[in-house]
Amino acid sequence: MKIHEYQAKQILREAGVGVPRGIVADTPQAAADAFGQLGGQLAVVKAQTHSGGRGKGTVKDNPRQHSVEVVGSPDEARQAAGNLLGHALVTVQTGPEGQLVRRVLVEQGCRIERELYLGIVVDRAAAMPVLMASPQGGMDIEQVAARTPELIYREPFHPDAGLRSYQARKLAQKLGLSGGATRAGEEFMRRLCRVFVNRDCSLVEINPLVLTGEGALLALDAKMSFDPSSLFRHPELRELRDLAEEQPAETRAAEAGLSYVKLDGSIGCLVNGAGLAMSTMDLIQLHGGAPANFLDVGGGANLDQVTEAFRILLADGGLRAVLVNIFGGIMRCTTIAEAIVASYRSVGFQVPLVVRLEGTEVDEGREILAASGLNIITAEDLTDAAKRVVAAAG
Amino acid sequence: MSILIDKNTRVLCQGITGKAGRFHARQCLDYGTQVVGGVTPGKGGERIEGLPVFDTVEEAVRQTGADATMIFVPPPTAADAILEAADAGIRLIVAITEGIPVLDMVGACDVLRRGKSRLIGPNCPGVITPDACKIGIMPGYIHRRGPVGVISRSGTLTYEAVWQLSRLGLGQSTCVGLGGDPIVGTSFVDLLAMFQDDPQTEGVLLIGEIGGTAEEEAAAYVRGQFRKPVAALVAGRTAPPGKRMGHAGAIIAGGRGTAAEKIAALQSAGIQLAQSPADMAAAMQRALQRS
Repeated sequence: MKIHEYQAKQILREAGVGVPRGIVADTPQAAADAFGQLGGQLAVVKAQTHSGGRGKGTVKDNPRQHSVEVVGSPDEARQAAGNLLGHALVTVQTGPEGQLVRRVLVEQGCRIERELYLGIVVDRAAAMPVLMASPQGGMDIEQVAARTPELIYREPFHPDAGLRSYQARKLAQKLGLSGGATRAGEEFMRRLCRVFVNRDCSLVEINPLVLTGEGALLALDAKMSFDPSSLFRHPELRELRDLAEEQPAETRAAEAGLSYVKLDGSIGCLVNGAGLAMSTMDLIQLHGGAPANFLDVGGGANLDQVTEAFRILLADGGLRAVLVNIFGGIMRCTTIAEAIVASYRSVGFQVPLVVRLEGTEVDEGREILAASGLNIITAEDLTDAAKRVVAAAG
Repeated sequence: MSILIDKNTRVLCQGITGKAGRFHARQCLDYGTQVVGGVTPGKGGERIEGLPVFDTVEEAVRQTGADATMIFVPPPTAADAILEAADAGIRLIVAITEGIPVLDMVGACDVLRRGKSRLIGPNCPGVITPDACKIGIMPGYIHRRGPVGVISRSGTLTYEAVWQLSRLGLGQSTCVGLGGDPIVGTSFVDLLAMFQDDPQTEGVLLIGEIGGTAEEEAAAYVRGQFRKPVAALVAGRTAPPGKRMGHAGAIIAGGRGTAAEKIAALQSAGIQLAQSPADMAAAMQRALQRS
């Protein structure tokens, strides 16, 4: 689960991790007021959306307006906010339609001496969280990793012990911190690691971490995302969820216990099992078609779920055919076939439906489909299913 | 011969009083697995499907001599159940549960690596040695005994592969589901080493997917040390970056973990790649014929 920059900074603030003073605004006037409240010197107006790459983002119908603007007066703050709020921000991650900006963060400006990088993820191979630090802040960290990987320092830490003092000291030295900033940096890193553990994060990224002219360390940007499997034990994080930033179809599917990801193609897929669903998408592409989605109906696949899955799929106006690929192991093919027939009738299909069933009671399942009198194309095997649905999509 | 489990394995079911635990304990018994008891704290003394239920794994082991367990405990307490089993001396822990918090698994794996128990999963369908022992939720009837070892990160995609293999006359020695989570107890490499030493296994089929580096590590191991034919499928060539594709571990993050990278690594190790999920058994057959 992702959250906005201003929410991440609030979490850090509460944990005693240095962040600039900032106020969220959802109208241009509120942005002007925020400027005043911050002491009225220099401020930064920052568009708040979940998408990455915001630093280089621009407004869709006004490409000269960037997602981050330095302002020197309440009027400038009002102007910048007005250009951002209610407009679509386009970044490398949003696609050309962009993402609607509903809030801006008005943040106190600071004098930047140096820009550093800190990031924390769980290293899968080591099965341990790892803090990554680099003196090359303010840049795309993947570029740093590609060009100068030796400038990314890594310290794994155990969730219970946290980052140890000696690890923090090592990294502070590698980051070139000196004087008062050394201890401040060590404390910053230790607290950041504690936040990662306490909130069950999947990612925390501070880029850049700035050393100000006054010798303070502040997270100029903060990105946080959370392990979805841990949200049951974080009611405070569930409240931070912003449904407006999510794809409605994906949200709707999740509520029904389905896993759905929208893609760009014209062939809808309904499959039981994530691996089988991914490889069904691959199979369609191999035979010259374009999958419209990933959809894992899970181990249950009862009548309600299949019906809801079809409704979600068919709400996609660009759909030209649907492939149902089910391997019934414990789940019987007869149950699936009955669900398909009932859903087909209640949802009302406008596009060709190809069904490939295999597994327990497969012959009886195919019988049910054939006897239904509905326009359902039954496929023999996977290859046959892919070819038929690609042909049906035209 | 097979690996990990055989007809002598004695299995507990942790979470047996829940709907899934009870159902699958019955299914495993019907397959011929020696399921010897269940554990649900507070329900000790009950009987489920004719099996004794205990309050603790320690007591269950003492009373039944169990050496393996399958875990259906819900996510909030599943990692604790894994650690309890390890503490009680269970040598093989098969965690079916999906949705265990990642940091819980970090803590659990850290303890397990210092002990003697092997964890399979979590979020996996389980392990099966056909005609001998089934620990998990896979449909037993699709399996046949034979020379192919199967190691997979998936569930139904594995059943698809086994179905194809059985129809082609290529039975299976042992099939292991690694699990779809980012942190799992056992890797492709761990099991390849076991299959290397198993006389019944003549070749191994790997079923991978996007996310992480498990397939790349498997490729390096095969290139360096594995002496039997290997075939593989990687699911998710068409998966977009940054999106979780069902499994918590199936995500292309920061540009890493793409299907293309995995396929390239496996190919460079001389592994026979399946062109599509329809081609898995045929790829295994090609690999066996080439050797």
